[in-house]
Amino acid sequence: MATLEIRNLHVSVEAENGPREILKGVDLTIKQGETHAVMGPNGSGKSTLAYSLAGHPKYTVTGGTVTLDGEDVLEMSVDERARAGVFLAMQYPVEVPGVSVSNFLRTSATAIRGEAPKLRTWVKEVKSAMEQLQMDPAFAERNVNEGFSGGEKKRHEILQLELLKPKIAILDETDSGLDVDALRQVSEGVNRVRETGEVGTLLITHYTRILRYIKPDFVHVFSGGRIVESGGAELADKLENEGYEAYSTKGGASA
Amino acid sequence: MAEAQNIPAGSTTAGSIAVAAESTVATRMSAPPSFDVADFPVPHGREEEWRFTPLGRLRGLHDGTAVASGEGVKVEIEAPEGVTVETVGRDDERLGKAGTPVDRVAAQAYSSFEKASVVTVAKEAVLTEPIRISVHGQGGVAFGHQVIELGAFAEAVVVLDHSGDAVLAANVDYVLGDGAKLTVVSVQDWDEKAVHVAQHNALVGRDASFKSVIVTFGGDVVRIHPRVSYAAPGGEAELFGLYFTDAGQHQEHRLLVDHNTPHCKSNVAYKGALQGQDAHAVWIGDVLIQAAAEGTDTYELNRNLVLTDGARVDSVPNLEIETGEIAGAGHASATGRFDDEQLFYLMSRGIPQAEARRLVVRGFFAELVQQIGLPDVQERLLAKIEAELEASV
Repeated sequence: MATLEIRNLHVSVEAENGPREILKGVDLTIKQGETHAVMGPNGSGKSTLAYSLAGHPKYTVTGGTVTLDGEDVLEMSVDERARAGVFLAMQYPVEVPGVSVSNFLRTSATAIRGEAPKLRTWVKEVKSAMEQLQMDPAFAERNVNEGFSGGEKKRHEILQLELLKPKIAILDETDSGLDVDALRQVSEGVNRVRETGEVGTLLITHYTRILRYIKPDFVHVFSGGRIVESGGAELADKLENEGYEAYSTKGGASA
Repeated sequence: MAEAQNIPAGSTTAGSIAVAAESTVATRMSAPPSFDVADFPVPHGREEEWRFTPLGRLRGLHDGTAVASGEGVKVEIEAPEGVTVETVGRDDERLGKAGTPVDRVAAQAYSSFEKASVVTVAKEAVLTEPIRISVHGQGGVAFGHQVIELGAFAEAVVVLDHSGDAVLAANVDYVLGDGAKLTVVSVQDWDEKAVHVAQHNALVGRDASFKSVIVTFGGDVVRIHPRVSYAAPGGEAELFGLYFTDAGQHQEHRLLVDHNTPHCKSNVAYKGALQGQDAHAVWIGDVLIQAAAEGTDTYELNRNLVLTDGARVDSVPNLEIETGEIAGAGHASATGRFDDEQLFYLMSRGIPQAEARRLVVRGFFAELVQQIGLPDVQERLLAKIEAELEASV
């Protein structure tokens, strides 16, 4: 069973006046089949955690370890992490002009699976995944994220999640900017992947709204660059009622 | 179509649509067109037509100090049946019919060449094999002139291949008879020190179709100036270009489509990728719709993809319209950057770095390459693009 273990993770970014520490000792273990919600106020470092795990060059790990089934994730390049089974659904997916969605998906699936998917089954696979996410087939011929609406970008991220079948899925504010219908469809996509029992999910969010559709096994409150409280789904209800105020003092300065 | 413009530092992209009573395309040249080099002053670099060009690297083509040497270029022409190939002297009356030199280097070429090649395709001859013209640089200075003339309803493909090392100034004339169809692919695949400045003139006959594909990969300075005008109504011109500008290279493509006749069409699409320190690409797209040219339909586009820091693009589309009675006119220019965020996004989906770069560049050129319509040329271009990318990673 795949397990992602984050131990005492410290991460800095380069700021104008030297490096600034954003993550100040994160500990978290995510097992295949589990869903962890990480919730916290803006600026608490949630997205830094997501991007650091995926290996974004902007973030420098200054301490701690991240392993996937014992393998050192921090030693891996960005593409190696993806091939090892780490997937990041981004809050702000990037436009890639000149590369069609269908070409991108196939190139990516080929890289992740280690061989090109058979064309005939691949076409069916993509088509049915797109149908389930209520995506127009014409979408496949558009350039990656170019001119996509907010909802289209998020559907496209979840489409990749469904096709690439990672061991660990990190969803960075997938709910932001979505209307209720889009939120439901995107959540259903995430749930289809979760129901396979083959993925460990790290759901990063500011709002409790998405947790009505995606039920977490664990909820962690993130503040000041670390996890300050962990509990079950009931912790989300508490946050819904009381907000993050109680944590902003406890967690230290949160920008 | 909405398009994000991500302009890297050091690039300019300017555009204008002018509704002019007087042709500014003509008036901003330093001198009127002429076959005689003496009619053009030696440029100093601030002239509109020279301001992007590094004159100091032209090896004297612009100031008269470049003198033809015995071992300039070797021209070989391979033509299928139905084609006449002649080498003629300066006084042959078929020379210079498609257009007149518009700048000093083109006039220098016309004033200095000794022998010209004239390739004639008989009327109604439909060639199934391309005419292949190889221009191979031998390390010297050369001035060239070539004429490709198609009789009425003839159809031909010409592949003009430039390779080796040379300092070459040349004019190429394309004369299309009524209803003729000509596709010209000019490949500039020079060695790294070569300097090549050329003016291509096409005169498109009634209902004739001209397609020009300019492909520039190699050379120190390459400056190509394709120009089109129409002899009678109903003509069509497609001008495609593809360039891959590496560190230190200057690649300049200047176009003029002169809609001087009613009911003609033109479509211009140039795409370039740049990589490396001081890679410099210049694209000037002039389209002139004269008062007489009612029913004109024209569109021009330039796209640049900057792959690394240190490269510079100057892209200037310019559309001048002297009549409102046209079918359509438009232009677009955009310079985008393959940046770290795009790379991160693709790599985060398991795609290795080199492949991510290939994917983006191939995708960028794919649509244009498909429009060339010549499978062997298309394959060769794609292979060349791959090789350029391999060299860079």
